Amino acid sequence: MSSETNKILTTDGIPLEVSLKKAEKKNKIKAFLLVAPLLLFLIITYVFPIGEMFSRSIDDKMITNMLPKTFKEMEKWDGKELPPEEVFAAFYYDFKILVEKQEHGKLGQRLNKEKNGFNSITKKLFRQVKRKKIDESISIKEQIMKVHKRWRTVEYWQAIKRTAPPYTLAKYLKGMDMYYGADGSVVQVEEDRRIHRILWLRTLEIAFFVTLFCFLMGYPIAHLLATLPMKYSNLLMICVLLPFWTSLLVRTASWMILLQQQGVVNDFFVMIGLVADDNRPEMMYNKVGTYVAMTQILLPFMVLPLYSVMKTISPSLMRAGKSLGGTPFVAFWKVYFPLTIPGIGAGCLLVFILAIGYYITPALVGGASGTLISNQIAFHMKQTLDWSFASAMGLMLLSGVLVIYWIYNKLVGVDNIKLG
Amino acid sequence: MSKNPEFVKFDKVDKSYDGKVLVVKDLKLDIAEGEFITMLGPSGSGKTTCLMMLAGFETPTHGEILLDGNIISNIPPHKRGIGMVFQNYALFPHMTVYENLAFPLRVRKVEKDEIDKKVDKALSMVSLNGFETRMPAQLSGGQQQRVAVARALVFDPAVVLMDEPLGALDKNLRESMQYEIKHIHESIGVTVVYVTHDQSEALTMSNRIAVFNDGKVQQLSNPAELYEKPVNSFVAEFIGENNTFNGEVVDIDKDKCKVKLANSEILANPISVKSKGDKTTVSLRPERALINPTDKMDNMFTGKIEEVIYHGDHTRVRLNLLGSSEFILKVPNSTSNLELKVSQDINIGWNSTDARALDPK
Repeated sequence: MSSETNKILTTDGIPLEVSLKKAEKKNKIKAFLLVAPLLLFLIITYVFPIGEMFSRSIDDKMITNMLPKTFKEMEKWDGKELPPEEVFAAFYYDFKILVEKQEHGKLGQRLNKEKNGFNSITKKLFRQVKRKKIDESISIKEQIMKVHKRWRTVEYWQAIKRTAPPYTLAKYLKGMDMYYGADGSVVQVEEDRRIHRILWLRTLEIAFFVTLFCFLMGYPIAHLLATLPMKYSNLLMICVLLPFWTSLLVRTASWMILLQQQGVVNDFFVMIGLVADDNRPEMMYNKVGTYVAMTQILLPFMVLPLYSVMKTISPSLMRAGKSLGGTPFVAFWKVYFPLTIPGIGAGCLLVFILAIGYYITPALVGGASGTLISNQIAFHMKQTLDWSFASAMGLMLLSGVLVIYWIYNKLVGVDNIKLG
Repeated sequence: MSKNPEFVKFDKVDKSYDGKVLVVKDLKLDIAEGEFITMLGPSGSGKTTCLMMLAGFETPTHGEILLDGNIISNIPPHKRGIGMVFQNYALFPHMTVYENLAFPLRVRKVEKDEIDKKVDKALSMVSLNGFETRMPAQLSGGQQQRVAVARALVFDPAVVLMDEPLGALDKNLRESMQYEIKHIHESIGVTVVYVTHDQSEALTMSNRIAVFNDGKVQQLSNPAELYEKPVNSFVAEFIGENNTFNGEVVDIDKDKCKVKLANSEILANPISVKSKGDKTTVSLRPERALINPTDKMDNMFTGKIEEVIYHGDHTRVRLNLLGSSEFILKVPNSTSNLELKVSQDINIGWNSTDARALDPK
């Protein structure tokens, strides 16, 4: 009641809040319209594809739609012994429809992925169905079991039951070198076939070291940029930005020219007698090449945030540190360095995240030991056409980045990031 | 205990940044122990450069700087033991007030208990007890300034340098800080070298003032003498207000000279004129000229009021006098105030001892 009477009114008697909203409405609409194209763009190019990727990575509806009757009957089956007549009958009727639509081959392939040996027995069953050898008036179970002995084996029926859910995490498990075993539990791939885990670790390792190298090289450059007089710092800034203005492919190609065994760097080493001519070190198509090229390419992403932070640090702070009795090192370590942490955080995060998903450079100079997880994703996108697996790995990469971001937020605080 | 009159000594110091222009020329300056000395001058006059050379951030191009008899030109800043208050305070923004004050003590490896005691003492000196855990950004400009002063004093330096420390504060705060710094100086007796371009600040705070212009010390004396007895036109112009007459000496003896202006003659005190025919600028403080003087004054003229500006405690009157319409008069506000009206004619008089014949402008 008191709040009613206390409500502030304008001179015309309209509540102030209402009046304010009215006055601001036009501006709000204008502001929204200004950002609307960008918002739309983001939704179309970012949110939608990620959602699409996610649904593709867990999608297992194909088989669910192929065998609707079978899965319905299987709900009643306990899965321990051979399924009852109803399941066999339902499977037969589902299969008949598939044969009419000529989709039985797809079913065989899909089931074969679940358990080896399905392909041949579905083909055998197909021939029986095609020739109308199955008599629908007597027990269908008996007739199917006669087609092949595997149709009499409970493990094959269990495999079919496992494919019932429309969604599966199998692709994610595959990305971590694991799969669903016969009893539905998660099983590790044999040790000599664990390719993905090696790639994940290598990706993290390379991203970590590239970030470290970028930091070690970028910090002094950024400091120089921030402290030099304008006319020199502009020139230096152009040198730092030059890689941005050159095509990534051209830069990578130039590293190939420099680093190959008959390349410029090796020639130079031989000329100054550092290495023997017949024993030139391999600096490309391995990790070294990936490190060198990626560090050079990602260096500006470290220098720029550092520079923008260092630019704001007053030179009188270092002077104060020294005049108060700190040696130049102490003044740097206790005064200057802590103030650059926001820039270090921003630079490292930026470089690490970019490095973790790097593709072209490792593909060109990485060779077998220098490729990253992104190359594997591209391989599945373009060669095996297993898009759902590529999507699953892409999402794992994305969630990895989010986890890193979260850890970073806990350690440094995202508010402390300064990008300029 | 006798104080060393040459505690800090600039001995024929030159400084050039580009090898073409000297920003400090042949500087000779002795600063006594415990003295509050101010380097005053317009921007670009070389005063801050002198301070930076003393702190060790710039090296003299020629000459030596001595601290307590020792040449310090080759000692790096962190070994000089000189406290410094910077123009923008230069507090470490990532440290609390306590950590800021403890910094100079920690790098000197002082014991923890001792640090606590000294920080506490320094904070009470600037009446900021209880602010230990605040960050600099949480303090007002005046408080930051006090922390900066406390930090420069906490490690008991022999000399404290202050580079326009009050420049960023508003007028009232600046004035109260002036007194505060002056009182701190008086109570602990540290030698202070203070740089400013604000003449009233310099007059308020200093024992002695060195007026800088063009890389040279124009005059070094105490505030009263600087104001009352400027030795050249620049100092007269720079410190306080000033009425000037340009003319030529036509007659001169020991303590009086006659200066011929465009169409009249005045009597003046010969300071830097030597002989007949010298060009000169005569300088007279506005408050030394009186309206309707009762005593016998040796300069008596009639002028016409051009403008009257009310200033509260005094009234400024601009006169057309002796061919110049820029003559300023300061009339103190009192109960017997005269009726001053524009275009009224009034009689003005001053003593020739107050009219100083200086070098020509």
